[in-house]
Amino acid sequence: MAHEVQNFNLDQKFDFTPGIKKSIMTVLLIGAALLVLGIVLAMMGGGHAEEGAEAGGHAFHWYQRLYANIWINNVYFTGIAIVGVFFFAIQYAAQAGWSAPITRVMLAFGNWLPIAAVLMIVTFFVAGHDLFHWWHAELFDKNSAEYDKIIDGKGAFFYWPMEKGTFPIFYIVRMVVFFGFWVFFFSKFKKIAAAEDQLGGTSHWFKMRSWSAYFLVFFAVSSSISAWDWVMSIDTHWFSTLFGWYVFSSWFVAGLSAITLAVIFLKGKGYLEMVNENHVHDLGKFVFGFSIFWTYLWFSQFLLIYYANIPEETVYFVERLTSDVYGGFIFVNIAMNFVLPFLVLMTRDAKRHGVFLKLVCTLLIAGHWVDFFLMVQPGTLGHNGGVGLMEVGMFLVYGSAVALVVLGGLAKGNLIPKNHPMLEESYQHHI
Amino acid sequence: MERDTHFVLGVYEDEDVLLDAVKQVRSSGVKIHEVYSPYPVHGLEHVLGYKRSRLPIAAFLFGILGTTLALTMQFYMMKFDWPMIIGGKDYAAFPDFIPVSFEMTVLLAAFGMVGVFMVSSNLKPWAQPRIFDVRITDDKHVMAIDIANNSAMDQEKIKEILKSSGATEVNNKSFDE
Repeated sequence: MAHEVQNFNLDQKFDFTPGIKKSIMTVLLIGAALLVLGIVLAMMGGGHAEEGAEAGGHAFHWYQRLYANIWINNVYFTGIAIVGVFFFAIQYAAQAGWSAPITRVMLAFGNWLPIAAVLMIVTFFVAGHDLFHWWHAELFDKNSAEYDKIIDGKGAFFYWPMEKGTFPIFYIVRMVVFFGFWVFFFSKFKKIAAAEDQLGGTSHWFKMRSWSAYFLVFFAVSSSISAWDWVMSIDTHWFSTLFGWYVFSSWFVAGLSAITLAVIFLKGKGYLEMVNENHVHDLGKFVFGFSIFWTYLWFSQFLLIYYANIPEETVYFVERLTSDVYGGFIFVNIAMNFVLPFLVLMTRDAKRHGVFLKLVCTLLIAGHWVDFFLMVQPGTLGHNGGVGLMEVGMFLVYGSAVALVVLGGLAKGNLIPKNHPMLEESYQHHI
Repeated sequence: MERDTHFVLGVYEDEDVLLDAVKQVRSSGVKIHEVYSPYPVHGLEHVLGYKRSRLPIAAFLFGILGTTLALTMQFYMMKFDWPMIIGGKDYAAFPDFIPVSFEMTVLLAAFGMVGVFMVSSNLKPWAQPRIFDVRITDDKHVMAIDIANNSAMDQEKIKEILKSSGATEVNNKSFDE
């Protein structure tokens, strides 16, 4: 049988031209300018000492808002990066054929992981005390007026085997281990992919499949625990049993949107000729389906807490819904991440044509940032938070930095896995 | 209604031959009534020039109907007909209504879609199925051509076109209904 994919240029590489670099750098600089402006304004605004004192005994400083912003974007873009690798692994573990030509785009998102790891760990050491309520030694001191029995009960999860309130060694070990394994699996995938391009044959595909399976097992556990660690522990008293999946689903939708946008962008630049509207349709279905999945988890968490009305659980939503800062964003969150994608992407045509997908994916990437904003800021900043210049600036800086790193990584290797055994199947894919 | 309908049937053994035959027959100006095959032939609906099904529209409308009905029902029951305080919430507590509304949406969308499909496909219990050729449930593809729809063309000419397009047999079939 003649292989029709041979008609295409399978050796093509993404050319990261100065023009593209320049436009991304422009966004980065705009973001940086907004960020600096936001910081200056926050510094001049002073540290509402009297308001902070009533909130929890600590005066509010402008840099706390900066830390919270860094943390939101650290967690969010780490998620997008790891979801790229996760979705890549899913393709191999599920022996998917349709996605063969775009697997390298997914994998390229992992390039952000090493940087994310450094940023995360550094931010934790610099800002951990300001971000995490549990990093206050007096909470664990039975003789202190600040002693908190509930947090003391959870303390071992952060501090074991050291004494509670000293140094959160267990937490840091988890962070390092998760990033270590994620980066390890990512570079393993990259190595196998490079070998496949050079040597061909099906053995690399089988190897990739086994490693994907190992990665998925590890990711299943690590994604959930990292969500508790990095996001849920901010509201130290509060807990939700589905929080791990909730954060994962938010990451997953954002990551899928980023992958879809990258594929549409590359197609617009004339790459990936063998990717047609059938593949785009499949990506669109993933985005559509998982934005509903996110809504399902969001609502499941909300409804049970709302219905049971147990004070220790309800406080999480009371803090957000009754706040003049965050109250509106709850509805913005639902509108951006459920209502609009659901209505726009419902028809088949919308999923097959780039315009609608571009719109919805951009909306979702911003929308899930709002989701993380709502998870992080109320617990760290209280009523001192909000979406201002600092938030927008930081998001643009992180987003364009991720774009630079991901596209830079993509330009290094082959764009299409030319020896992938299912390339022809993917070309014939028709739905 | 008593009406005799007459068909010319082309019997094909291979799906690739069938796909080419459909293209040939259509380009020669013959209107095809329907093609029957024992299994789904990929791309057949495309070469036959079928428009996309409008069933999703029906599903959407029935879904909206389900949502509306469920919300109306719950608001009426909880607010007016038999107001009850549950869990200290308002009588009409919107979040409580979502699960039921969701289920009703899915239920009516599914039932509505099945119903519309049955009506539009004439799948009523008392419908008399037209069996063009018993072998379409086994190993033969059959292309049915309605004579009345092709009155401009001579019957012998149609048979010739079918033969030359690769049909292994060309038969006549009439139904009294």
